[in-house]
Amino acid sequence: MVQPTSPQLVSFMAQVIANGLYLGAQYALIALGLTLIFALMNVLNFAHGQMYVLGGFITYYVYGQLGFPFALALLASGATLAATGGLIEKFLFRPVIRRSIREESTMLLAAAVAFFLDAMVLLLFGEKQRGVPKIVNGVFLSDTLIMPYDRMLIGAVAIIMIVVFMLFMQYSKPGRAMRALAQDRVAAQLMGVRVDRYSMIGFALGAMLAGVVGGLLVAITGVNSGIGGPISVKAFMMVMIGGAGVVGGAIAGGFILGMLESVGLSVLHAYGDITYLVIFAALMVFLSIRPNGLMGKPWG
Amino acid sequence: MTMSKLIWALVFLALSLVAVPWMIVATGRSDLYYTLTAVALLAIASGGVWLTFYIGRINIGQAAYALLGGYVSTILVVHYGVPFWLTLPLAGLFCAGASVLIGFPILRLRGVYFAMVTLVLTEVARLLALALPVTNGAKGLVNIPLPGPIALFGIELLPDFAELANPRRAFYFAAVVLMVVCYAALYRLVHSRIGRLCLSLQQNEELASSIGVNVAYLRLVIYAISSFLGGIAGAMFIAISQSIYPSSFTIADSINFMLNCFLGGLGYVLGPILGTFLLYFGWDLLFKAGQFQLLIFSSVLIALMLTLPNGLLSLRLWKQTERTVDG
Repeated sequence: MVQPTSPQLVSFMAQVIANGLYLGAQYALIALGLTLIFALMNVLNFAHGQMYVLGGFITYYVYGQLGFPFALALLASGATLAATGGLIEKFLFRPVIRRSIREESTMLLAAAVAFFLDAMVLLLFGEKQRGVPKIVNGVFLSDTLIMPYDRMLIGAVAIIMIVVFMLFMQYSKPGRAMRALAQDRVAAQLMGVRVDRYSMIGFALGAMLAGVVGGLLVAITGVNSGIGGPISVKAFMMVMIGGAGVVGGAIAGGFILGMLESVGLSVLHAYGDITYLVIFAALMVFLSIRPNGLMGKPWG
Repeated sequence: MTMSKLIWALVFLALSLVAVPWMIVATGRSDLYYTLTAVALLAIASGGVWLTFYIGRINIGQAAYALLGGYVSTILVVHYGVPFWLTLPLAGLFCAGASVLIGFPILRLRGVYFAMVTLVLTEVARLLALALPVTNGAKGLVNIPLPGPIALFGIELLPDFAELANPRRAFYFAAVVLMVVCYAALYRLVHSRIGRLCLSLQQNEELASSIGVNVAYLRLVIYAISSFLGGIAGAMFIAISQSIYPSSFTIADSINFMLNCFLGGLGYVLGPILGTFLLYFGWDLLFKAGQFQLLIFSSVLIALMLTLPNGLLSLRLWKQTERTVDG
């Protein structure tokens, strides 16, 4: 790579940071859903990437095929996924958690659900890569930055959603109940929190977040049925960086991964496709120093 | 191992080495050789995963070691001309060595953290195989020669697989014997003093270490054994398919290894064999269902979890194990 001169370097940096922020906002939303489900139920949701894909396809169908407004398509994605998540919690996870002697059994269930959603998506929407028309045309140009407007819009929506989610968790009644549940399930139950109901709401909320991000990103990158697994892996990485079960950690992990990816793709592309290899290696080293991530609880 | 256990193992060997080939000849379904070989080899890798479960770690990284073992064996055979049967233990040892280096930092993690980091490890292995020059990237290594003969003092112990009329059957015999040996060793290990110590690790590491168990050393050894099993299974599998790609073992395989253990039940040494058998055969049988294969398969899995959340073998020993195994 040619060594950039000073103004070029500034421009290059600004571009990388803007891309990182945009990616990070999406990733943080995905990680938030995963970490919420984990904090409430101690379930590692393998199906998170598949929920993302389902959300993407619903937006594709409602906005791209039926021609309804994009916002309505997003709502449809969120609502469908929330319903799916709630039903999965009530009829699958709850009985299994109650009856199994080892809590790891839920992982098998989560993996089976992931397979099931994969199969459903494949049957309903096929295996083709799907895209939708641009939601906003045009590109933002300045001395230092080139950014399509639709990316800026999607990034802004994602950041607003993160803020709304945090406010909801902080100040609303269900939010407070869910935080209490995450802290100590038994104590929360003794204080009169309806554990079952809020577990279900939490699972639905986590699934909804995955679905909405899927819907948001379908406008930029499109969606195909095979990306569920890789998305799950990315979500796991973010949660590991930030610490499992912590809202702040998920947001930090999402932005850190987005930034690393953005920097890696522009700095390391001369050496071939090794960005993720470097990130993985760095993650291993990081975890050996801080096994619980940035903000995780000191247990396993 | 008691006498009756030994007899059971011999009966199993006799059944699988004599009765099954006879039935295959009788029914003409020679494709079953490959299926059963795959089951045997995947069961070995799943046995490794089961062992890490036994020390209380959820291991979703076995595909990484299977891939590593496959590549080590292939590269030794193709580039250095080492006989395959020698590369098999070498691949296992290489994986065990690598797992000691990797396990040293990551075995400090527990629960979901360990599960997630091993899952990521699978992806690392795939990316590494894509990036390294010696693995030939995405094109992979193909046309790997079949295993040669083993001769000791001039007596041929194993024939040259390339000259056999039916190498599939030879692979089947080799895989079944390998599986029985591995599970016998696993059984012995679990019922030895080390096995008891592993159980103490599964229940409470702090408590175990407070009464003088060298926790860090023990879990490293167990993880190395687990990866050894993954490595030889991978090497053998690659020898059968005669080609290896970075996608030969992926995250889906890692998850399947874990599912095999769950399905068989985590409290039973032989659980992974049953789990692998059912999962692989179930998947194969559903092939006729075409596009609905995955849907039916996953629905059955979910239904199984709902009715038997503690694994299939829990049916038999339900009352006795409820307290003793997981206490």
